[in-house]
Order: sequence, then structure tokens, then C-alpha cells
Amino acid sequence: MDWVNTIVQGTLLGGLYALFAAGLSLIFGVMRLVNIAHGDFIVLAAYLGLTVVMSTGIHPLLALILVAPTMAAIGYVLQRGILNKTLGDDILPPLLVTFGLSVILQNLFLEGYSADPQKMDAGVLETASVGVAGLSLGVLPLLTFAIAVAVIAGLQYMFFRTSLGRAFRAVSDNQEIAQLMGLNKRHIFGLAMALALAVTAVAGILLGIRTSFDPTAGGARLIYGFEAVIIGGLGNLWGTLAGGVILGVAQTVGAKIDPGWQLLSGHIAFLVVLAIRPQGLFPRVSG
Amino acid sequence: MPDPILKLTQLDAHYGDFQALYSLDMTLSEGDVIAVIGSNGAGKSTLMRSISGLMSNASDQVIYRGAPIGGMRADEVAALGIALVPEGRQLFPSLSVEENLLIGRRLQRAGPWDLRKVFDLFPVLEERRAYPSTALSGGQQQMVAIGRALMSNPDLILFDEISLGLAPVIIKSIYEALPDIVGEGMSAVIVEQDINKALSVASRVYCLMEGRVTLESDTETVSRNAISAAYFGIE
Repeated sequence: MDWVNTIVQGTLLGGLYALFAAGLSLIFGVMRLVNIAHGDFIVLAAYLGLTVVMSTGIHPLLALILVAPTMAAIGYVLQRGILNKTLGDDILPPLLVTFGLSVILQNLFLEGYSADPQKMDAGVLETASVGVAGLSLGVLPLLTFAIAVAVIAGLQYMFFRTSLGRAFRAVSDNQEIAQLMGLNKRHIFGLAMALALAVTAVAGILLGIRTSFDPTAGGARLIYGFEAVIIGGLGNLWGTLAGGVILGVAQTVGAKIDPGWQLLSGHIAFLVVLAIRPQGLFPRVSG
Repeated sequence: MPDPILKLTQLDAHYGDFQALYSLDMTLSEGDVIAVIGSNGAGKSTLMRSISGLMSNASDQVIYRGAPIGGMRADEVAALGIALVPEGRQLFPSLSVEENLLIGRRLQRAGPWDLRKVFDLFPVLEERRAYPSTALSGGQQQMVAIGRALMSNPDLILFDEISLGLAPVIIKSIYEALPDIVGEGMSAVIVEQDINKALSVASRVYCLMEGRVTLESDTETVSRNAISAAYFGIE
């Protein structure tokens, strides 16, 4: 029963990792942009949530109503103002620029919020649990996982069933021909980044409720996000969820064997998948 | 004489240091179809790229309905009502047949063309509407590419090498569909290697060689000899 509990907890943790990864996956899928600052945007969302909670006293989850549109607006402006100019045949400029953004964001956090770890108070939600088949499951992890599934399902629907999703896929396939269809790729990329950062806002708020964070917390979240995307296979959103779950389970199983192995076993699971199936477990499916 | 829908004046086009078009002049009247012929490397595709905005030129070298559009981006040009059926079809591989057509509808320009009308023109596409575009034959893909361009209800449609790489029977059926398309009052530029096909649907013909116009004539009066002289540069 102990082991079942470990695996279930790991699965629920995987939901959070999938949320870290979803924005990353979306941006890479649409514009082949690897966003090194992604983890710092997750932390930015957490700090924005903290500010909203401190100044208004509302519940952190409700703060999303403000934080998600704010992050989306930041994403659109950032993409149109800076990142679009870095996109081209060379993959290096976007890497360098987003790395620079990461450094700038971390220093802004330090300046604005100090180096002290912060946390959002979600009240009883943090400690509430329900008994399911002899297991005691936290309501927050369950909620996180449910949100992750809902977000992935929503993105999947948007991508394959809406006209915006069609535009995303068309631009991703062939930017030049997409322009001939009247699609302004700069605008489409802006929308993709806005959507990605709105998803990141969800991830950041849930992170800030679950654990404490500080200005340098983004790096680890970027790594988890990357690993979930790669394990699941690039360009496959459900694969990303599976990747997050595999990463989460590997971590909790590692921690069960020896608490010091938690992070290491996650990375080992990632390396094993990379060695055996470099294209990921569920590579891109079309249509 | 009415204002031309498209007028190219002294159009130059460059790829880096290489000049692909030299001071090219061309006039297309409203509702007319012109054919552009020439051998490989004559600059036909560059001409298409320049008109459609995929290549940026000096603004006043491309005049559409009296407005200079040479410096506009492709999406801005498309919004004005110019559609390109690109060489090699260039469908979106991750979109289904129907989605490839629907994406052409994005500009929401008013006009007769919609999904129903494209399916009536090419019934085979309706049967295959849910297929990935990559699962179609070359000829069917060309039908999708034409349909996709029509869906935007353009006033000017550019066809780049529509018969290239297709079986003769398919080429025949596509050319049989052309009068239905341009019969709607659309103007068209047809770039073609198959000279007979091009001459059969166009009222004027331009021959390019090494980036320059070597022949400009009405299709009814042009002689075989004049064409081969202009095409190959020999008498």
C-alpha cells in the first residue's frame, strides 16, 4: 500500500510538472523557440499572485483572474517587442535573448521581493485531504492534477478544433505560405506566447501555494518542464502530461528509497528515456 | 481603357548580389488572364514572389488598383485580394484537406467562393475532406492548393507552375476547371512551362528570359516562331 501511495502521489505531482511543461511545449511547437526564461516566468506568476493576495486578501486561486491576463499581456508584448526579432534561421539568438531575460527577471525579483523565500497562503486547501481506497490524498495535489488535465484538454481542443489552433499549426508548418493566407506571423506568435504565459500563470500560482519560492526557483522548474516535454515527445500535449507523470513518479519513488535521491532519480528517468527513445515516448501526432 | 488591376513598372528583384529580374514592365487589365512563360531560371517564380509580397521590392514597382504595394508584407497583400497558388502545392502537412481549405477563408473577404463551391468544383476533395493533406495524390493536392487560394475570394489569382509534376490527365482536368474559376471576373496570372496550355486560357502572353521580358503579345496573334525565339533566345 505504501508503494501504491508513492506512485499515486508521484502521478499527482506529475500534473504540476505537466503544467510547467505545457507552455514550453506550446511555444516550441508553434515557433521553434526554446524559452530559457520559462522557469522564471513561472516564478514571476507566483510573485504576481503573491502581490495580488497581499494587497487584496483574496484567495490565491482567485488571484488567477488577474494574474493570467497580466501574464498573457506580458507574453504578447514581449513576443512582438523582442522575441519576434530574434526568430530566424539561426536558433542561437532566441536562446541567448531568453537566457538574458532569465537573468534580468531573477534580478528584478531580488530587487522587488528580496531573497527570502515566499509562499502564498491558501488556507485549509493546503492541508485538506480525502480518503480514497485506503489512501489519503491531498486535495491540493488532486486539484492540481485535475487542473493540469483540464488545461491540456483545453489546449488540445484549441489546437485541433478552433480557427486559432489551425492558424498556429499552419504557421508552424510553413511560415511563408501561412503569410499568403493573410496570417501575420508576428501577431500569431504573439498570441501563442500570450497563451503560453497564461498557462504559465496557472502553473506559477499552484507552485506558490504548494511550496515556497525564491528568486532563483525558476531554474529547477525549467528543467522539470524540459524533461516532461522531452520524455513525452515534442509537440504532443498528452505526451507532455505523461512525461510529467513519469517524472513525478520517478521522483517520489526515488525519494521513497532514499530521501536524497528524489531529484536525481527524476533526472535518471529522463536520461534513460533519452537514451532508449530520443524522440520521446509519444512523438508528434498530426491531426 | 479601364485602369489595370496590376501594373509592374521597372520591377527589379534581387537575391543578395544576384539580380533575378531586370526592369520588368507588365500590365494586367481587370478580368484578364495573362500567361507568363519561360525556361527554368527565367525569373517566373521570382515574379510571383514579388507580386504576392513574399519578396520585398521598391514600393512603386508593383501597383495594384492604383496603389503601390511593392513594399508590403505577404499577409497585407493577401488582404487586398491577391492569392497565390504556389509552385509545388505547399499544403500545410499537419492540416486536413478541409482545414487547408478553411485556412484560406481566414481573410473573410466577400465573394462567391466557399467550401461548398470548392467541393462542387473538385468533388474528390469532399470525399477526402478529413484526410491529412499529405495522403492525397499530387493532382488532388494541387486541387486543394487552388481551392485554398479561391477560398479567400481573391480579385487576382496567381498560378505558379500548376501542371508541374502532374499526370497529363490531371493537368487536363485542372485546366478544364480554370474557365469556371476566372469566369467569376477574377483576373489571373498563369506561370506555366506547358506553353500550349498557357496560351489556351490566356489572352496575353509574356515570355521571360534571364529576368527580362523577351516577348509580349496577344495570344491570338503570336506565332510559334516568335515564341521559340523569345523562349530560347535564338532565331
